[in-house]
Amino acid sequence: MTTTLTKPERPEKTAQREGRRRSRPAARRRNWAGGLAGWLWFLIVAVPLYWVLITSLKEKSAYYASNPMVPPGDPTLDNYQMVIDSDFPSYFVNSVVVAVGAVVPAVAVSFMAAYAIVRGWRFRFLRAVNGLFLMGLAIPLQATVIPVYLIIIKLHLYDSLLALILPSIAFAIPLSVLVLSTFLRDVPKELFDSMRVDGATEWTTLWRLAAPLTRPALTTVSIYNALTIWNGFLLPLILTQSPSKRTLPLALWSFQGQYGVNVPAVLAAVVLTTAPILALYVFGRRQLLSGLTAGFGR
Amino acid sequence: MSVLTGPPRRREPSGILPWLAAPALVFFVGFAVIPLLGVFALSFANWDGIGSIHPSGLTNWRAVLTNPGLPHALWVTFLVMAVSWAVQTPLSVLLGAFLAGSQRYRAVLGVVYFVPLLLSSAAIALTYKALLDPNFGIGHGLGIGFLSQDWLGRPWLAFGLVIFVVSWQFIPFHSLLYQGAVRQIPQSLYEAAQLDGAGRVRQFFSITLPQLKYTVITSSTLMVVGSLTFFDLIFILTEGGPGDATRVLALDMYKRGFQANLMGPASAIAVILVLVGLALALLLRRLGGRDAGDSQLEGA
Repeated sequence: MTTTLTKPERPEKTAQREGRRRSRPAARRRNWAGGLAGWLWFLIVAVPLYWVLITSLKEKSAYYASNPMVPPGDPTLDNYQMVIDSDFPSYFVNSVVVAVGAVVPAVAVSFMAAYAIVRGWRFRFLRAVNGLFLMGLAIPLQATVIPVYLIIIKLHLYDSLLALILPSIAFAIPLSVLVLSTFLRDVPKELFDSMRVDGATEWTTLWRLAAPLTRPALTTVSIYNALTIWNGFLLPLILTQSPSKRTLPLALWSFQGQYGVNVPAVLAAVVLTTAPILALYVFGRRQLLSGLTAGFGR
Repeated sequence: MSVLTGPPRRREPSGILPWLAAPALVFFVGFAVIPLLGVFALSFANWDGIGSIHPSGLTNWRAVLTNPGLPHALWVTFLVMAVSWAVQTPLSVLLGAFLAGSQRYRAVLGVVYFVPLLLSSAAIALTYKALLDPNFGIGHGLGIGFLSQDWLGRPWLAFGLVIFVVSWQFIPFHSLLYQGAVRQIPQSLYEAAQLDGAGRVRQFFSITLPQLKYTVITSSTLMVVGSLTFFDLIFILTEGGPGDATRVLALDMYKRGFQANLMGPASAIAVILVLVGLALALLLRRLGGRDAGDSQLEGA
């Protein structure tokens, strides 16, 4: 898993595919400035990642004694063992519950809304709804956390995982609707019309026609939201209290308070909290990247 | 609710459509719109976060607006926004144009570029804290004096570090946007320019950059509104310090509200945050002539 930090999986295959799909301009026109920046940026990104990885495999004593850029001669998994032996597995489960519990409904309701907005553009109401969601993109929703905190208390949900799920769904909606509706607009109107001629209801059309056709966008939006929610820090910080309700980023932060002097252990925790999302990246990388460029780039 | 805006030409979409938008609307109204109105209301009230809420008129606003902390936090927020934009945009454009090329190694680099986006801000902040520790970090270990400075102890160093880490985290995302946009530029433009004898640099400034205009607006909007929400990274990395050198508005709101239990003044700060976000989005939209919303409407 962790090798993906420095050695991406099956790079050749990706490159071939992308090379085929892409136009060939840059091969002819050399881009020296870009190339230089490209390699420089590669180092800036890769060196800290490499350092995290090798340091997390060092003994605490070796960390203070050895050259920081040289991998340990006797790599140890003790740091990982120590992190896993703490409550990390339960934080992991919390993160999974929150991410799945928020992403599935968020994408479902956003998709239904995007479908309604694209298909029902004649309804002034739906144009207003679209405008409302777009406004959500312009406003830093974190500014609303104080009333969210109040609402969660009033609902008697404070210090529960549901307290994290509900606002996460709301925060995910604006961008999800934007990306999904952008994709839905590309579905030829004739397809919808023929479904209608066949007597299909909007509900059937939504799930039988629109959903399969927009599957890449649905995947993109799901991964993107999962990423945002998995990495969320502010909501868990203010809406939960007991250690048993912590999600990984919050656990990481408190772990640092606990083991701050043991840097390799902290970094092992960093790797462990990142590993699941890296796995997801390896799995859905192409769709995530192409979806994001298409979703924002128009 | 379902107001038809024109005479039906063909068969209308059925009236069930507004109901399909209802679930999303309920969540969004419940946890975004109502809180948005709520934060405005709370800015005129006293609340310690636990007890009851009492109206307090303009007291919070007077306190916040006369407190020298506000102009400072506004200034820091603006600086973080402007400097991180100025650093990220040119680099993202360059990297995006570079990644849009076709050599195999570029795709490999692109895969690695994306990794910082996968890390949580908490993980990134902890990593850089350890990496740049003046006594035990990488600078000390390698004997590089520059890197083993007391990054978190001096205001401008801490500020610079925040900008660097923010760029480290988000340039990958924006270069991805530019990569997608560069690939959509029609090849014929470059061929025509080449026939006219335009060189690489000329082509970049005369074709690539103008064609990227709307992407620059989209990317800048995301950067600018996003920079208003930098909280977790700065909270863990510097806690707003040293002194108040990196105390941005979002952090100011958290500290006043959830650490000092002054939810009223914190709400006033939040309202300012909302207004700044809205104003910037409108400004960028005016500059760009269209925004993400309009661009979709063109396709409708």
